[in-house]
Amino acid sequence: MTQTSQRPLRVLAAMSGGVDSAVAAARAAEAGHDVTGVHLALSANPQSFRTGARGCCTIEDSRDARRAADVIGIPFYVWDLAERFREDVVEDFVAEYEAGRTPNPCLRCNEKIKFAALLDKALALGFDAVCTGHYATVQLAEDGSRELHRASDMAKDQSYVLGVLDEKQLAHAMFPLGDTLTTKDEIRAEAERRGLAVAKKPDSHDICFIADGDTQGFLANRLGGPAEGDILDESGSKLGTHDGAFGFTIGQRKGLKIGHPAPDGKPRYVLDISPVNNTVTVGPVEALDVTSLTAIKPRWCGTPPAGPGTYTAQLRAHGGETEVTAELVDGELNVTFTEPVRGVAPGQAVVLYDGTRVVGSATIATTVRRERVSTG
Amino acid sequence: MAYLDHAATTPMLPEAIEAMTAQLSVTGNASSLHAAGRRARRTVEESRETLADALGARPSEVVLTSGGTEADNLAVKGLYWSRRGADPRRTRVLAGPVEHHAVLDAVDWLAEHEGATVDYLPVDRYGRVHPEDLREAILRNPDDIAMITVMWANNEIGTIMPVRELASVAAEFGIPMHADAVQAFGQLEVDFARSGLAAMTVSAHKIGGPFGIGALLLGRDQTPVPVLHGGGQERHVRSGTLDVPAVASFAVAGRLAAEGREHFARRVGGLRDELVAAVRHAVPDAVLGGDPDPAGRLPANAHFSFPGCEGDSLLLLLDAQGIECSTGSACTAGIAQPSHVLLATGTDPDLARGTLRFSLGHTSTEEDVKELARAIGPAVARARTAGLS
Repeated sequence: MTQTSQRPLRVLAAMSGGVDSAVAAARAAEAGHDVTGVHLALSANPQSFRTGARGCCTIEDSRDARRAADVIGIPFYVWDLAERFREDVVEDFVAEYEAGRTPNPCLRCNEKIKFAALLDKALALGFDAVCTGHYATVQLAEDGSRELHRASDMAKDQSYVLGVLDEKQLAHAMFPLGDTLTTKDEIRAEAERRGLAVAKKPDSHDICFIADGDTQGFLANRLGGPAEGDILDESGSKLGTHDGAFGFTIGQRKGLKIGHPAPDGKPRYVLDISPVNNTVTVGPVEALDVTSLTAIKPRWCGTPPAGPGTYTAQLRAHGGETEVTAELVDGELNVTFTEPVRGVAPGQAVVLYDGTRVVGSATIATTVRRERVSTG
Repeated sequence: MAYLDHAATTPMLPEAIEAMTAQLSVTGNASSLHAAGRRARRTVEESRETLADALGARPSEVVLTSGGTEADNLAVKGLYWSRRGADPRRTRVLAGPVEHHAVLDAVDWLAEHEGATVDYLPVDRYGRVHPEDLREAILRNPDDIAMITVMWANNEIGTIMPVRELASVAAEFGIPMHADAVQAFGQLEVDFARSGLAAMTVSAHKIGGPFGIGALLLGRDQTPVPVLHGGGQERHVRSGTLDVPAVASFAVAGRLAAEGREHFARRVGGLRDELVAAVRHAVPDAVLGGDPDPAGRLPANAHFSFPGCEGDSLLLLLDAQGIECSTGSACTAGIAQPSHVLLATGTDPDLARGTLRFSLGHTSTEEDVKELARAIGPAVARARTAGLS
């Protein structure tokens, strides 16, 4: 069962200005909850107009959210969480890239902002729950505890970016879209039916605080501009140069700008990023195969598993599932893949599932390749 | 329900609604020469006379505008341009630091785009500009000043400025002074002739008239450069077809505001004093903003800072109980910024985040005050647990 069928709650609906959070707020209100909308101002210098199809941080998004709240008929406020967001999400994002890892800022935002800073303030002000437009479900276990499950529609599932939530956070989370077996078009149709002007608004993608979508440019700007370094092959021979190691992601193939083809004529992929030496190592696709990984800072939805267990794991947003065995050893999570997987980037989260249930998550620190150990 | 935000806007007076609706079905452009136009013009000119009466001005000194913001812009930019046009040395503007954004942003715009130098006049801890400070600022170079603008009474903390004394200093040097009297009209005696001002802004919807209409009271010898060019209406200073129903309604509201001012100030001032006492009783460490002497502040205004609270949190908690007030601070995309008014008075920025403005009006009752008295203590306690994020 989901929380929406429970007694009326005082609900704070986080409204980004997009269609999903607007419909989520409308559904919560329709279910009889006492809903108040809040738009999080996450940038100290909001852009005047939306650039492209981003999902937050602009004055226009704030107005869209307000307009939706007015139509739903709920009070609406804008809360300035820009400082917290800068500290906990943006600076973390930059530091992670600087260290050669590939962070997921949406996950961090859910962990530190929406279900921490926002939730804490909401609870202090007398609210019972925070509602968002995420596609995931909260279910009540037999023992009365809360469980996070994948959305009914696997194609829209966003439980991965919520995998950082612990049980206490889940107890105050409401995802009215989670049990939707409808397509995005049908959500838009529902928005239209409810008179919400955001029905036709494009989806947000990418990273909200990088308004023009140019992550490389953003990082170059923050990390002191391009610093030329070497692109090496697996043996350490120089193949070419790059404009800054932080701009690369493990598994990346495009944009390597290596003048000549590999001896075997096969495409080459980023295998390793070393910020210390400012080098990027490339090699054949097989060399991306990871057999196991170690992940740090684990967070559990409920009791941490006692011994080794078999789970499915998801390694990036919109990624597929893969079978693993996982064990918690000295506060670190050791994950071994049944079949080797490719494109595992340190900094990303590994989220463990038991069926549809989220068991927990941790941040990937090191991966073990077939041939060698790579430290991210 | 307790509406405590009359300084934002106050309900229209029944008489003003009647005057407006009566005109809505009448055809006629006040600039037309035919009978319909003459009829409309008569309504406009009678209204102008009524407003002039209510404000101690001559009818020709009433320049109708689309509201307070436009009147402020016309006064600040128009007088700057005309004075600089007459003598290119005149590029300095003297302004109060606690002005409404309609003045403040117009002044800043002149600095950014028109070569103006802005000197913000000092204020005391109640936000009041003193005549000797104005004199000192003028004496730095009386010849390079284009205009002076200081509001009659502050919209956030209610502090009344010594407008007549300030205007008399300005007049000594022959410098035109403008005052935004949007909040003062209806609460204080606002007499344009006696004030010695060159220009003065008023707005209809703050006194029970309709939205979208206001006026710049403009001395007959003042010739500001227009902001809006067109058909040459309103002394060629403000072009645009006049909104006859709104003008007629504004005049009725203006007449009633002037006639009822003393009674209003006494009755509402009494309620305000009760409100202040009740808030202080419920929250002993609440800090009253503005002048603690009731004679030094607008009778309808109460302003508090609540230590350890976010104004937004308080607003939300009170709103949920049907109590409507304002944090009194400016917004960018709805994000509350610490008020420039409080910062100018030297208020600690953290304290300035926890402010609420309660403003009373003609429909306010003792029950409104009692509702707030019951709610404010628990709301502050709760907001404090949420803290300053």
